[in-house]
Amino acid sequence: MQHDEVIWQVIGHKHCSYRTKTVTQNFCRNEYNVTGLCNRSSCPLANSRYATIKEIDGTLYLYMKSIERAHSPKDLWERVKLPRNYAKALETIDKHLAFWPRFLVHKNKQRLTKMTQYLIRMRKLALKVKPKLMTMPAKQVQREARREAKAEIAAVLDRSIEKELLQRLKSGTYGDIYNFPMKEYEKVLDMESMEAADEEEEDAAEEEEEEEEPEVEYVEGYEMEDEEDEIEDIATDLKERYNGSSESDSDDEEDNPRRGVGGKRGVTLPSKREARDALAIKADAAQRKKRRGHVEIEYEEEQENQSSRM
Amino acid sequence: MGKRQREEEAELEREEREADAHAGKFLPSQIRNKCKRSEAYAKVKLEKKKAKKQKFKQRDAADKEALELGELPPPRKIPRTIENTREADETVAEPDDEELQAEVGADEFSNYFKHDITPKVLLTTSQQNSVPTRKFCQDLLAVIPNCFYYKRGTYNLKQIVKYAINREFTSIVVINENRKEPNGMLVVNLPEGPTAHFKLSSVVLGKDIKGHGRATRHQPELILNNFTTRLGHRVGRMFASLFPQDPNFRGRRAVTFHNQRDFIFFRHHRYIFESREIKEKKEKLHKADPKKAKEKKKQPKEEVITRLQECGPRFTLKMMSLQHGTFDSKYGEYEWLHKPDMDTSRRRFFL
Repeated sequence: MQHDEVIWQVIGHKHCSYRTKTVTQNFCRNEYNVTGLCNRSSCPLANSRYATIKEIDGTLYLYMKSIERAHSPKDLWERVKLPRNYAKALETIDKHLAFWPRFLVHKNKQRLTKMTQYLIRMRKLALKVKPKLMTMPAKQVQREARREAKAEIAAVLDRSIEKELLQRLKSGTYGDIYNFPMKEYEKVLDMESMEAADEEEEDAAEEEEEEEEPEVEYVEGYEMEDEEDEIEDIATDLKERYNGSSESDSDDEEDNPRRGVGGKRGVTLPSKREARDALAIKADAAQRKKRRGHVEIEYEEEQENQSSRM
Repeated sequence: MGKRQREEEAELEREEREADAHAGKFLPSQIRNKCKRSEAYAKVKLEKKKAKKQKFKQRDAADKEALELGELPPPRKIPRTIENTREADETVAEPDDEELQAEVGADEFSNYFKHDITPKVLLTTSQQNSVPTRKFCQDLLAVIPNCFYYKRGTYNLKQIVKYAINREFTSIVVINENRKEPNGMLVVNLPEGPTAHFKLSSVVLGKDIKGHGRATRHQPELILNNFTTRLGHRVGRMFASLFPQDPNFRGRRAVTFHNQRDFIFFRHHRYIFESREIKEKKEKLHKADPKKAKEKKKQPKEEVITRLQECGPRFTLKMMSLQHGTFDSKYGEYEWLHKPDMDTSRRRFFL
């Protein structure tokens, strides 16, 4: 029994569960409502002839109901799929609602426009990249903050960085940028001590030679006075031998002081670094030269002594 | 080892307590009168304190005695720390591990370390960004050489990745923010990845550090501390690939990534090596007496110390994920992803 007027009398003026009241206007929440407003002409319940558009999974359907099917709710609504093309969809609406009230045709077309627009917008948005929002559980955040603070204490950052840098300095990563006598310095020191030992040995050897030579002289002198020629020969031999050896010695000795100075360089340089002054460096170098000269003279004297002994 | 021992100790303690109760002694907690209870408790506390003091005294005395006798003092007990009780991780690799070496030789970063590529970094922010984040970016620009800031605009990350590959950038660094504070850092290595996402916390700008210095434009040297596991090595190499491989040591700039308990602490310092003067004076004395000098020379008589000045910024990173390939939040394959059930033990670390 379909009596539109009676239905509207009831739901329009008394209670309707689809109605939503606002201050200015009443809305209808029935999904078949074509405008969404609550009034006599757009009420899907109080109109036995009604048409609307619904969207199901992105496709639009034109829904129509007529009084002839009012007795079977199962077949109440007739559904027509609307083409995706907007113009063609309008044509289909015109075709199917040819002799329907103007109001419904107009409102359906309006609804079609609105829905095609929102579908376009939806598809566009789906393609757009959106940031993923993540939760920050307060408990976790606090726990991490606590652990971080403790880890920072355990890291002893400054000290571990200092240690690492020192380690690099010691392993020679910085090459000769710094004048710190670290590894190289110790190496030179070792060399120097070795040389010192060598020198002592050499000195000892020389002394032995010195001791030997006079012995030879004495022995020969005592043994034979007649064979003077032979003695002379031996003497010249010895001289030659000595000169040769002395030359080689002097060569060594010239090298040695240099190496020695090289060793001292390591010692003196910190002071140089402190000064950071080119002049100071020059003066230092000059001093070193002087020292070297002095050392050489000493050795010459020694040689002279030896020769005089000869 | 601890559990059984602790149980035994607890047992002993209980027995003691029972014995005390039989002897008419009461535990402070058994006394009902509050005044008396607090008195008794104070007594117990004092006794404990005394016992502790006594213990230390005995230890020190033993040390002293041993020293006088010329023996080694008894070994000190090593305190238990989270570091030395860390859960065993089979991926912890020694630097001379062959497998690691092979892996390292063939990974995405090997080109940087062969000096084939010089790093070029694109720095940007999240789409919504505010002053603190941009200031932080400014600080980062001063730290990373050959780094360029780009306004984010409305570009999405995949577009930026494409753009950066075309412009021959080697890394992208994106700073994310929440409530106007930087809270995330994404590092994308180009062109093949990987992509690492870090939680960023406790950011302090260089300006706010007391007694901070200004960094020069020399190429800094890197200090990567404590990256022990496979994953750690990989992350360390990722950080290293942001910086040029030929540091200018004369600049005396050091950038540190220090990993401690999976937190990566970033610091930026200027440093200087100095030696102590007192030691130098001693040297002069030795010069006068060469024989003594020779003896003393064998011992390093001069102590070199490092002095640091922080340039900033300083911040802490915690890795949330490491993704294979460039940024792809939908279909990306994760090499490592932090999950809540990884946090169940405080002695389990992954870097």
